[in-house]
Amino acid sequence: MSHPTHSESAPGHDLHEEGMGEDHGSLRGYLTGFVLASILTIIPFWLVMGHVIESKPLTILLVLALAAVQIVVHMIYFLHLNTKSEHGWNMLAFIFTLVLVVIVLGASLWVMYNENANMMPMSPLYQQQHPVNGP
Amino acid sequence: MNTTAVDINAPGQPVFYTREEVHHNGTLLGFWIYLMSDLFIFASLFACNAVLGTNYAGGPTGSEVFDLPGLAVNTALLLVSSVTFGFAMLEMARKRKRAMLIWLGISGLLAAAFVGLEIHEFATMIAEGAGPQRSAFLSSFFTLVGTHGLHVTVGILWLTVLMVQIGRVGLTEANIRRLRCLSMFWHFLDLVWVGVFSYVYLVGVLR
Repeated sequence: MSHPTHSESAPGHDLHEEGMGEDHGSLRGYLTGFVLASILTIIPFWLVMGHVIESKPLTILLVLALAAVQIVVHMIYFLHLNTKSEHGWNMLAFIFTLVLVVIVLGASLWVMYNENANMMPMSPLYQQQHPVNGP
Repeated sequence: MNTTAVDINAPGQPVFYTREEVHHNGTLLGFWIYLMSDLFIFASLFACNAVLGTNYAGGPTGSEVFDLPGLAVNTALLLVSSVTFGFAMLEMARKRKRAMLIWLGISGLLAAAFVGLEIHEFATMIAEGAGPQRSAFLSSFFTLVGTHGLHVTVGILWLTVLMVQIGRVGLTEANIRRLRCLSMFWHFLDLVWVGVFSYVYLVGVLR
């Protein structure tokens, strides 16, 4: 009796072509990724080195936004991350890591900002007893 | 014998169909999960830099010590090396060993130039008195960028060993698997570098 749970593909089925669900990319893909990554690299360098925008916070925001876009470009065109490779486990592991990274980065900044803002001011007596020496 | 045999054709029993047999080994997925944990290491170092990045302790600031034209060269080296590694993987898929080894060699040399420039940058900064012990800002800078540089160095070492092995035994299934892991590692390091040059350097100069 044949097992219905098994696939009916030919014995010579090439695991690397389909079974892995992963591709080596294509010349077109790598070149597209390279062009996009180059543009997304040149713009922030130009913004910072050329002092294009007067406002510093706006420049910082733009640089970070472009970096986020470039990371997505690298993920898609260089690391070939998609929902199919390894039956979606790659993507799942990545999303899980991303959630943790956002928690760690966000919480660190939040906690340390408040720590700095609410730090108890030093009394003059304490400052006299513990003079701050330059390194 | 098991007395509670389940008749898979019994009505009401769920029947599962899989499109392909899954019996390849899990190295690639396992390596991906390693990369994710590595990403977490870098994320904590980034968090450290974000928190301590303005604690100059009266020492030099980012705009005083960072060499942006040098950084642009470094960034270009790593990006091109990532693409040439991709070309090597395309040649690997076509089983063209010689062309693949040439592309791998080019990728390795570009990465070596990257590490060389980074060591030069570090040496210059330390000579100027902007070493890792000067301030919290510089400690976090050297830790993050140094960890990345160390990863690239290990990648070059791995690449060299793998090239020798492929030269001796050819493109065996095991070597193809190793190459694909190294390829992920290589592209991953370029991805982390995007965060480094954008946040640590470009934003570091502005704040």
